[in-house]
Amino acid sequence: MTGGPLAAFWHDFRGNRVAVAALVVVLLLLAGALSAPWLAPQDPYDQVTLSLLDARRPPGFVGSGGYVHLLGTDPSGRDMLSAILYGLRISLQIGVFAGACALVAGTTIGLVAAFVGGRLEQAIMRVVDLQLSFPAILLALILVALLGQGRGQLIAALAAAQYAYFARTAHGAAAAERRKDYIEAVLATPLPAARVVFRHLLPNILPPLIVVATVQIANAIALEATLSFLGLGLPITEPSLGMLIANGFQHLMNGRYWISIYPGVALMVLVVAINLVGDQVRDQVNPRLRR
Amino acid sequence: MLGFLINRLLQAAAVMAAMTVIVFVGVHAIGNPIDVLIPPDATQQIRADVIARYGLDRPLVEQYLAFVGNLVRGDFGRSFVFNVPVAELILSRLPATAELTLLAVLGASLLGIPLGIYAGYRPRSPVSRAIMGASILGFSVPTFWIGLILILTFAVELRWLPAGGRGPTAVLLGVPWSFTSGEGLAHLLLPALNLSLFKLALLIRLARAGTREAMLSDYVRFARAQGLSELTVIRGHVLKNIAIPIVTVFGLELGSTLAFAVVTETIFSWPGVGKLIIDSIRDLDRPVMVAYLVLVTFLFVVINLVVDLVYGALDPRLRPGAAG
Repeated sequence: MTGGPLAAFWHDFRGNRVAVAALVVVLLLLAGALSAPWLAPQDPYDQVTLSLLDARRPPGFVGSGGYVHLLGTDPSGRDMLSAILYGLRISLQIGVFAGACALVAGTTIGLVAAFVGGRLEQAIMRVVDLQLSFPAILLALILVALLGQGRGQLIAALAAAQYAYFARTAHGAAAAERRKDYIEAVLATPLPAARVVFRHLLPNILPPLIVVATVQIANAIALEATLSFLGLGLPITEPSLGMLIANGFQHLMNGRYWISIYPGVALMVLVVAINLVGDQVRDQVNPRLRR
Repeated sequence: MLGFLINRLLQAAAVMAAMTVIVFVGVHAIGNPIDVLIPPDATQQIRADVIARYGLDRPLVEQYLAFVGNLVRGDFGRSFVFNVPVAELILSRLPATAELTLLAVLGASLLGIPLGIYAGYRPRSPVSRAIMGASILGFSVPTFWIGLILILTFAVELRWLPAGGRGPTAVLLGVPWSFTSGEGLAHLLLPALNLSLFKLALLIRLARAGTREAMLSDYVRFARAQGLSELTVIRGHVLKNIAIPIVTVFGLELGSTLAFAVVTETIFSWPGVGKLIIDSIRDLDRPVMVAYLVLVTFLFVVINLVVDLVYGALDPRLRPGAAG
């Protein structure tokens, strides 16, 4: 094991084949979502390319476009594979943005609390704990109801529902680090507090935060899908995977399973793969399992 | 002990007070319910009547004080949509949600804790790996999607169970229940299964993580060195030490199951409180939203309090006044 901590980390990670496979799946889905405009056989939201003659066809049907609809078509004749690739794009965007916002906000709050201490710390952490005892889905639901529908509102609601996990983790790790000698030493120098926090403290509490971030991105994607499924997520012009599933729900009962099931499979594979990667990273970061 | 109790009760009351303010202000920021309640072609007279009837013309502070005063008396106002008292509306939907939630949580605990302990006790066995794989599925796949798969499999394809609704109910102690009849149980089974899977996965993971750490600990090593049987070690030492996180999560999950019931009830058209709140958000039915949020907060505060008190009973180190 040479080449620094990252190489050592990768060496351990490679030992878990399931986690490696999951990482490959995540990267493939990410690539598919990023290159959707080139990969998809059809632009699913260009009305000109849609034909009602192709509506509700099962997988394998050759449509009026002259190509095979591998995953069938929906009630407006849209190619499901294309819709899923574009939906994946929207779901990932929301998940990553919301996760990043929650990470930045939560970490800042947790760090400030740990560093300032005293009454303020107690007050902040009490609010955070209170919020953690509230299920994220309920908070997101309430916030979406309060803020209204739209991409920005949704990201804000998801981030507000999830920041507490980051705040708790950052606070716990920072409070432990703060008492260590190296922080005491930097504090004795005339460096500004912000520099101490961001240059010295932050890098040392990153590992647990990364673990929380992977899991929270997966959670944000699943939450967004749930909200969209309930009709409280994105507007209908931006169909994420959740909305594709909701649109197909009514056809499920009539045996046209593909309209709902395939977007769901994409969602499931994505979320499970991210969680598998996160699980392995967590086991590697957790010092209590290292004996 | 008494001081601790009073302290906790005061905290709980402060949380409730803060929450009523947040909920009230938040709900009033949603939008103008007048536009929802009154058709655009209504006369000026009808508009004025409706506004006066719901007190929407008074200042927010006044509306809030009236609201809190009514809350304390158990009066949550009337639903804009159903035009019945909200308390009555929620109470009438509560039994459906209660039996669904309890069945789900009970099933998840009875199955999840033993499975998790086994997976932590033999982390490398194929069975444990299978349990953990399944638990990751249950943990990360969204509830609504599992619900769809359950409907597709058991209702559409196999036709074993009904796809939705509550089925016939039988009155017991003056309340209609589904679990007392076979037909009702058949309707209850799929939604309860759907709702329990997340909790099942969570309990498996918690029990496994606790057991894994406990198995590496000195007290287990010494218990084994005493010649105690493995079963005694697990029951007497491992189970007692993993009980605290499990009780916490179990308590908190009881509340969050209510939140997830929102999703499950919507998919299975289960006429409970969860479906009511989704409908009220869509219809901007403010009194119902407010009452639901205040009640859920109350529930969470009570659960938190109980969990804190149960801690003391489970772990002597956490009892107030204990040395160290």
